[in-house]
Amino acid sequence: MEVKISDDERRLLGELIDQLRELLLSTSPEGQLDPSLRRLYPAAYVDDVRQEQEYQRSTRDQLLERRLAHLDIVEATINDVELNPDSVTAWITTVNDLRLVLGTQLDVSEDDEPRILDPEDPQEQHRAIYHYLSHLLGEFVEAGGD
Amino acid sequence: MNQTESSPVIADEENPGSVTDADTPWVVLVWNDPINLMSYVVHVLQKLFGYSSDKATLLMLDVHHKGRAVVSNGNREKAELDVFKLHEFGLWATMQKDV
Repeated sequence: MEVKISDDERRLLGELIDQLRELLLSTSPEGQLDPSLRRLYPAAYVDDVRQEQEYQRSTRDQLLERRLAHLDIVEATINDVELNPDSVTAWITTVNDLRLVLGTQLDVSEDDEPRILDPEDPQEQHRAIYHYLSHLLGEFVEAGGD
Repeated sequence: MNQTESSPVIADEENPGSVTDADTPWVVLVWNDPINLMSYVVHVLQKLFGYSSDKATLLMLDVHHKGRAVVSNGNREKAELDVFKLHEFGLWATMQKDV
């Protein structure tokens, strides 16, 4: 797959990846999650506390490792125009992870409509990045994904 | 007293070859969420489960309009693996016994 995005976009994605890696590593396996990461580690068992604890215990590390591995792939290919299928998967999941974290921080809801930007709102830049990532992910998925 | 002592025997007779955990059917659900793109959900369902574009799209629309959809099923081990794969891709998936 060919990725035709600007150097500015690549630079932005590189910065976002660094921030995501830092955030991911800020949480110990047993520790309390940063609230913005909760969508990355959803509950599997909703009606059984003991099984849910066991699920989290056995999968939290694996999910973290997969995410870090994908971040590494995106970082290594951040300036590449041609991506192989494995790299495309890493890009897609990483862009979606960024959206899950940003969307959680912004408390995005289904009814959010595009609107005129308020330069006074400190969250406005994050909102713009969130919408950019949504656009980029849509393009990836439309291009076939794999 | 007599009844209490004999009740386990009665229960056993009613459940010959008692059902084990591995036989219990489970369903895997994907829930609607405001962040994941509809096209992304379709993409993930196709990629993970090999569903056709039509089937994945119908499931996604169920998630979107009804709030959730059963995307796979199996014994507990299989359901948990499917949930894990969905979590890897950031979908909001849970599992429960198919009752």
